[in-house]
Amino acid sequence: MIPEIGHLALWFALAFAILASWIPLWGAYKQDLLSLSFAKPFALAQFFFVAVAFICLTWAFERNDFTVAYVANHSNTLLPSRYKFSAVWGGHEGSILLWCLILTGWSAAVAVNSRHLPIDLIARVLSVLGMINVGFLLFILLTSNPFDRLLPNFPLEGRDLNPLLQDFGLIVHPPILYMGYVGFSVAFAFAVAGLLSGNLDATWARWLRPWTLAAWSFLTLGIALGSWWAYYELGWGGWWFWDPVENASFMPWLAGTALLHSLSATEKRGVFKAWTLLLAVSAFSLSLLGTFLVRSGVLTSVHAFANDPERGLFILIFLMIVIGGSLTLFALRAHKISSSAQYEAVSRESGILFNNVLLVALTLVVLVGTLFPLVADVMEWGKFSIGAPYFNTIFVPVGLVLLTIIGVGPVLRWKKDKPYRLLQTLRVPAAVSVLIGLSIPFVLNKTHPLALVSSVIAAWVIVTTLIEMKRQITHGRHWVAGFAKLPLSLQGMAWAHMGVAVTVLGITFTSLYSEERTVRVVPGDELTLAGYHIQYHLTQSVAGPNFWAEQAHLTVRRQDETVSQLYPERRFYYSQQNPMTEAAIDAGLMRDIYVALGEPLATEGDDLPRAVRVQYKPMVRWIWLGGLMMAIGGGLCIADKRYRAKRYVQRPKVTGASLSS
Amino acid sequence: MKRLILYSVPLIFFFLLGVFLWQGLDKNPQELPSALVGKPLPEFELDGLLQDGTIDRNQLLGQPFLLNVWATWCPSCAEEHEYLNQLASQGVKIVGMNYKDELEKARLWLSTYGDPYQVNFVDDKGEYAIDLGVYGAPETFFIDSEGIIRYRHVGVVNDLSWRQGLKSQYDQLK
Repeated sequence: MIPEIGHLALWFALAFAILASWIPLWGAYKQDLLSLSFAKPFALAQFFFVAVAFICLTWAFERNDFTVAYVANHSNTLLPSRYKFSAVWGGHEGSILLWCLILTGWSAAVAVNSRHLPIDLIARVLSVLGMINVGFLLFILLTSNPFDRLLPNFPLEGRDLNPLLQDFGLIVHPPILYMGYVGFSVAFAFAVAGLLSGNLDATWARWLRPWTLAAWSFLTLGIALGSWWAYYELGWGGWWFWDPVENASFMPWLAGTALLHSLSATEKRGVFKAWTLLLAVSAFSLSLLGTFLVRSGVLTSVHAFANDPERGLFILIFLMIVIGGSLTLFALRAHKISSSAQYEAVSRESGILFNNVLLVALTLVVLVGTLFPLVADVMEWGKFSIGAPYFNTIFVPVGLVLLTIIGVGPVLRWKKDKPYRLLQTLRVPAAVSVLIGLSIPFVLNKTHPLALVSSVIAAWVIVTTLIEMKRQITHGRHWVAGFAKLPLSLQGMAWAHMGVAVTVLGITFTSLYSEERTVRVVPGDELTLAGYHIQYHLTQSVAGPNFWAEQAHLTVRRQDETVSQLYPERRFYYSQQNPMTEAAIDAGLMRDIYVALGEPLATEGDDLPRAVRVQYKPMVRWIWLGGLMMAIGGGLCIADKRYRAKRYVQRPKVTGASLSS
Repeated sequence: MKRLILYSVPLIFFFLLGVFLWQGLDKNPQELPSALVGKPLPEFELDGLLQDGTIDRNQLLGQPFLLNVWATWCPSCAEEHEYLNQLASQGVKIVGMNYKDELEKARLWLSTYGDPYQVNFVDDKGEYAIDLGVYGAPETFFIDSEGIIRYRHVGVVNDLSWRQGLKSQYDQLK
């Protein structure tokens, strides 16, 4: 019964989504207040019904209702309760439902937090979001219904969730990643609404900024979590593979980062309007494209969901309508938008333009690298795979240039700056950062040329950011008073920029100085890696709730001092054939020791020899620490008074007045 | 008018992309039938990885072997390496093709993890890989004593894949 309620709720949600996609839009066109006033209730109703469906599906998992096909395929009575919860989005159908829940959640959030916006703008925005929701609900109901029953012959036991996904990382990673992906739908809807109404002033950009920041922060956190999960769960010790699915999340991030910066120029100076619109459309379009790539089976990937051409076709048609439609609107409307403001070659605007050009170039590099195998296949040039070498060759130099201008950007003045002033301001920071940057690798005794270059540039970003903050804080005041007055958005920017530097340092040192050894060991054997002595003691069997495991015990020592005891496992889930590697990690700020247990190298006798892979990963944590700093920075920016003060100032204008104009 | 055309560029770009995505729906990226199965291994002459001088096709013939495409940048190659060592110790002849890699790293890799290869040649530009139709690393070609490609395996060679079909492919080479 409960699954039927969930199924029905989805149809109700669809009905409200269909209503939401034209009634308020018609109202905005006709200036009809009654139709306009439906926008918010419709958005809230969609959220309510999708949430009901989601709760019903969760209930089916918690109650082991194996008459529901999706539950039978992704759960099992032995599965621990917290994984039953995350199994809701462990497969295609449920994860699309999560997508939908988050989309309607964002729409509801826009509806609730929009009292300060003109009612016709918000009606258009909610209509556009409603249209997107129609597409996704139809997709669920027609091709991917999670409530389909296996009746009358239902199984008594479910198949279990993929063991890779039975992990804390999977409980948090997809919802947060989707919050980011789907969050760009708000920016998209604002852009389309702006194009429809033709009204794109500075306030439009200011409204959009907090929503874009929120989506971007979630996406940043989601990508960082995904990378961390891959690192400890896949057992390879790698943290980024340039896999199509990773690329699918990275492209909206790059475009979204460009959007954040170009929005600030549009808000402050009224420039780059059309460009900002295009980026807002692109960020979400790339999210949708990613969804298509993951679920249609056109590309191979370790993350790919089950391939189904019918689903692929549906999403492709949907993509054509949403992206094709919005880009057509862009082509027809955007060429009439003029950005009147002027700026000089040396100015904050130019800095942002340069930043945008590089970020968009990187987005295209990822897009080409991801889709080339598909294009080559279609053109019958053969089957290709594009690996890390292609991406790294381009990302390293372009990334370093981008990083260099991060240090300059915040110091630049809007409209017009003097090169001489710039030189004078940056002289000291440049000297300091070269000094610090060069000393880090020597202190760590890791002096690869690339390590030197990237340390100097990272130090440059951090030093210039801190000096700029100090200038903003003191500015003729005592620093305590100054810090209290420092706008949160500036603090946020500082966190985010320094976060990028921290991530880059992590990437550099991990990539250049990771060491790894795979060795055959018998109990008592000891190996040395990067100054650590690692002794293998024994392997024994242990039992888990839905698996048994071979668990090894190793001791890590350094200069006769025990650093840690590690227990890597090879798990055999009752529901699966293949063993799963569960690596043991001794984590630290400056290095990780990562041990993965291999198979036994003989079949009989006691004290079997085994293969173990031991890795030394310097500063790998910095990669995710930097991501966390970026997300915190985004959060601080959203909290800035600027975005909230407007609500109180503008509230009186809401009624009728904005309509009659 | 000029501006209109300029602003239509994203739409045109997306339209082209859509055409490819549409076509791509009918293709299965996992299915990689090699057009070369049943045909002779293409001619080549490439530098050796560990020894001086070049290696050509004729030097390899006379005994069935596995041609394994690998690289140090490929995590799955690390995964299969230990199993290749085991196969080699059981007398399976394995020839390595080091694919688009850094030579220093590749040599270091072999000295650290063991060297299952009878001989290793270097395709650093990926040109011979195109002749072979290599999709990515790791890939393993099964070649008989006459130098005819009999089978192609995409992905990791491990205990499971060996037992589930690769072994019988190998036995048929003899």
